[in-house]
Amino acid sequence: MTDLLEPSSLSADSHGHSDADHNSASPHDGAHHEHHGATGILNWLTSTDHKVIGMSYTITSVAMLVIGGAFAMVIRAQLVAPNNHLVNFSQYNELFTMHGSVMIYLFAGPFAFGALANFIVPIQIGAPDMAFPRLNALSYWLYLTGSITMLLGFFTAGGAANFGWVAYAPLSDIINSPGAGADLWIGALLLTGFSAIFTGVNLTATIFYLRAPGMTLFRMPIFTWNLLVTGILILLAFPVLTAGLIMLFCDRHFQTHIYTQHLGGVPVLWQHIFWFWGHPEVYILALPFFGMVTEIIPVFSKKPVFGYKGMVFATLTIAALSLGVWAHHMFTTGVVLLPFFSIMSLLIAVPTGIKIFNWIGTMWRGQIWFSTAMLMSIGFVVTFLIGGLTGIYLASPPLDFFAHDTYFVVAHFHSVVMALVLGGMAGLYYWAPKMTGYLLNERIGKFQFWLLFIGTQLLTFPQYVLGLQGMPRRIAQYILDPGWQTLNIWSSVGGFMIGFSTLLFVVNLWVSWKKYPAGDNPWDAHTLEWYTTSPPPHHNFYRLPQIRSERPTWDANHPDSKALVHGHNEDGAGH
Amino acid sequence: MDSTPQPPQGNANRARLSRRVRGLFALPLAALVLSGCSLPTFYGFKGVTTQSQSTYHLWQWFSLAAFIIGGFVLLLILYAVIRYRRKGDSIPKQVQYHIPLELLYTVIPIVIVFVLFAATVVVENKVTAEPKSSLTVNVNAFKWGWKFQYPQSNALVYGQTTQAPMFQIPVDTNVHFTLTSSDVVHGFYIREFDFSRYALPGITNTFNFTAVKTGTYFGQCSQLCGLYHTLMYFRVKVVSKSDFAAWVAQFNTKKGAARAEAGALATKQILSPGIPVIPATTTGQK
Repeated sequence: MTDLLEPSSLSADSHGHSDADHNSASPHDGAHHEHHGATGILNWLTSTDHKVIGMSYTITSVAMLVIGGAFAMVIRAQLVAPNNHLVNFSQYNELFTMHGSVMIYLFAGPFAFGALANFIVPIQIGAPDMAFPRLNALSYWLYLTGSITMLLGFFTAGGAANFGWVAYAPLSDIINSPGAGADLWIGALLLTGFSAIFTGVNLTATIFYLRAPGMTLFRMPIFTWNLLVTGILILLAFPVLTAGLIMLFCDRHFQTHIYTQHLGGVPVLWQHIFWFWGHPEVYILALPFFGMVTEIIPVFSKKPVFGYKGMVFATLTIAALSLGVWAHHMFTTGVVLLPFFSIMSLLIAVPTGIKIFNWIGTMWRGQIWFSTAMLMSIGFVVTFLIGGLTGIYLASPPLDFFAHDTYFVVAHFHSVVMALVLGGMAGLYYWAPKMTGYLLNERIGKFQFWLLFIGTQLLTFPQYVLGLQGMPRRIAQYILDPGWQTLNIWSSVGGFMIGFSTLLFVVNLWVSWKKYPAGDNPWDAHTLEWYTTSPPPHHNFYRLPQIRSERPTWDANHPDSKALVHGHNEDGAGH
Repeated sequence: MDSTPQPPQGNANRARLSRRVRGLFALPLAALVLSGCSLPTFYGFKGVTTQSQSTYHLWQWFSLAAFIIGGFVLLLILYAVIRYRRKGDSIPKQVQYHIPLELLYTVIPIVIVFVLFAATVVVENKVTAEPKSSLTVNVNAFKWGWKFQYPQSNALVYGQTTQAPMFQIPVDTNVHFTLTSSDVVHGFYIREFDFSRYALPGITNTFNFTAVKTGTYFGQCSQLCGLYHTLMYFRVKVVSKSDFAAWVAQFNTKKGAARAEAGALATKQILSPGIPVIPATTTGQK
């Protein structure tokens, strides 16, 4: 292997996929690195560059976070009093449906596998672009149009979809939900569903086929590993949802009887189909965020990932198990085999636990630098620990019988998804310098972290207790027991803190705009994306370092330190 | 997330580690000797049926495990974060693997999971058992109310939203329930019974309760079912066996039949879009 690879030879391998836009690019050299193509707004509209698409995804999905968050603020404001009339029942149903839908379908997923993955994964493996750049652009435009389609529901006569983000049949049929908002919701999910499937194809193909010479599978950064597994999970799970939605649409408009109670339909089939997608989806959302913090914790502890192969093994185990646990969402239906789904669900705690211990092991005896990204990552681990432990209760059918559909479940999955938000913010603070060339303000960042972290715990802890006291989810008023008010107020305060922290992030973007030049590698980070310039040139690299371990940039920057060979490093403690 | 071990510490600390592992198992064992009843509630609720009391004990044990494991892991994180904060620019030892430790924190969680699973199966079999019963209540959920019908007698109560129906069951009696839905998916949820079950269209769900404490308890639809989901209440009154017999008997009289008829009329009332009125006499044991 040569020490330095010329980008022209590198991109020659993969250039067959590129479109005319790419072929028009001049050969890259150090003095003249600007890509010759459309500029300005036209560049954003027509580019097939994974970095531009990744930025578009980032901006759109953060906007969705703000929109979904705004819905949550109204929900929390409604619940500060037992008999509040801020919104009526119908509006409340629309609000929590759209809050859940926007956050799950339009923020968390696209942010995880569309935004940061799109930008970072090709660079981490030394590739010039995604395997199918045009398909990648199509993914983004399907996602954007899908997002707009879903939100347009608010402008229809019947209002937006109001059957919850899970759309249980027969509540989602044409009789119970006749509005056009429901159809727009289904249409939006078809569009974003195809967007996700294409991204899954792209990620899988890119990671398998476009790795730079020397980048073996076990030298890939964990973030890339997790996105590979995510891509495969997307391919296994999303087509099921898409098919299920098409059947739902046919039930609504073409008089089929798939989910109907009469004429041979089976309403509970929807739940099976939905959750067969829905539970892998939980990990499709979570694995990329696991990957982000697994990049960040080692860098800011000045150590390699502890238990790299165990980490990969845990990710694969989680993915495999996640395909066999969907019915734990359906314990209270009385139509599923309880012990099987219980043990499968409980077992997921094992690989997840391995990950948590590996993260702690990475920090152990390190030199921990408390940057905003690191604080957010530690916040992620703590919050995810809480969400994971409470998930174990829900894997036990008898305990699920009394916690199901109460605020205990709401608190559980908000611990989990708020951990993902913390992880996502960690990713943004960590990679923003690479994506834009400029660092974000650390002081505002740390303030944002404390607001977000404390707000999250303040949001969820009262909700756990409320659930145990019997408050069901998705109710607009709780006249039954006004004693629930105090805890609801605390929870709302936590919610508002989270909302404020998100605004602080937007403020930080504004304050830090082109203010703190980052340089190529401000964190002394490990992986390939930190070897190239910030932001990277059109096809990402002018040259590549030798790739001898999972941290080629570290090896290049620390020539005294021996490259780690898995399991046989001499300065390590183990072997 | 489970279990015991610690991140890389080196061989010297392994003895201390194994002492801690033993300590982790000793703690619940000691608690077991002291019997489950002395455990804290962990915000759970000791239900008023025999089934829910089993569930409650399972809740306590799961909570104990969660608090021990969660507390242990949190302490590890806190220790690492404080002890290993940056003190200089030196590069720490680049430790990447510690196979025995990694195996330890793989195997111990598996053991814990199977213990939790075993406890789950035992309690699950108790909660879902349906011993033969002489009293059946057929529950039917509809948008947005409930109907409770007693096939062995003429008793029938129903009502919706603001007229939350109240049905009765005798104390210390094994009562069999069937649960159906007329339209969408509803959730039959009684907090004091620590239990919920979906009412599914086209499927009849069955379960049994043996209430052990008299009183009036609230039930509520827990699964989103449309516009007035928020108001889909019912009440269950657990009464003595003689009171229950008297209550059932009144449905055989003309007056009782008329009352049942009145109940039917109540369901025809147009829903008030204003503030729903919930009778003040319906407080359960809170």
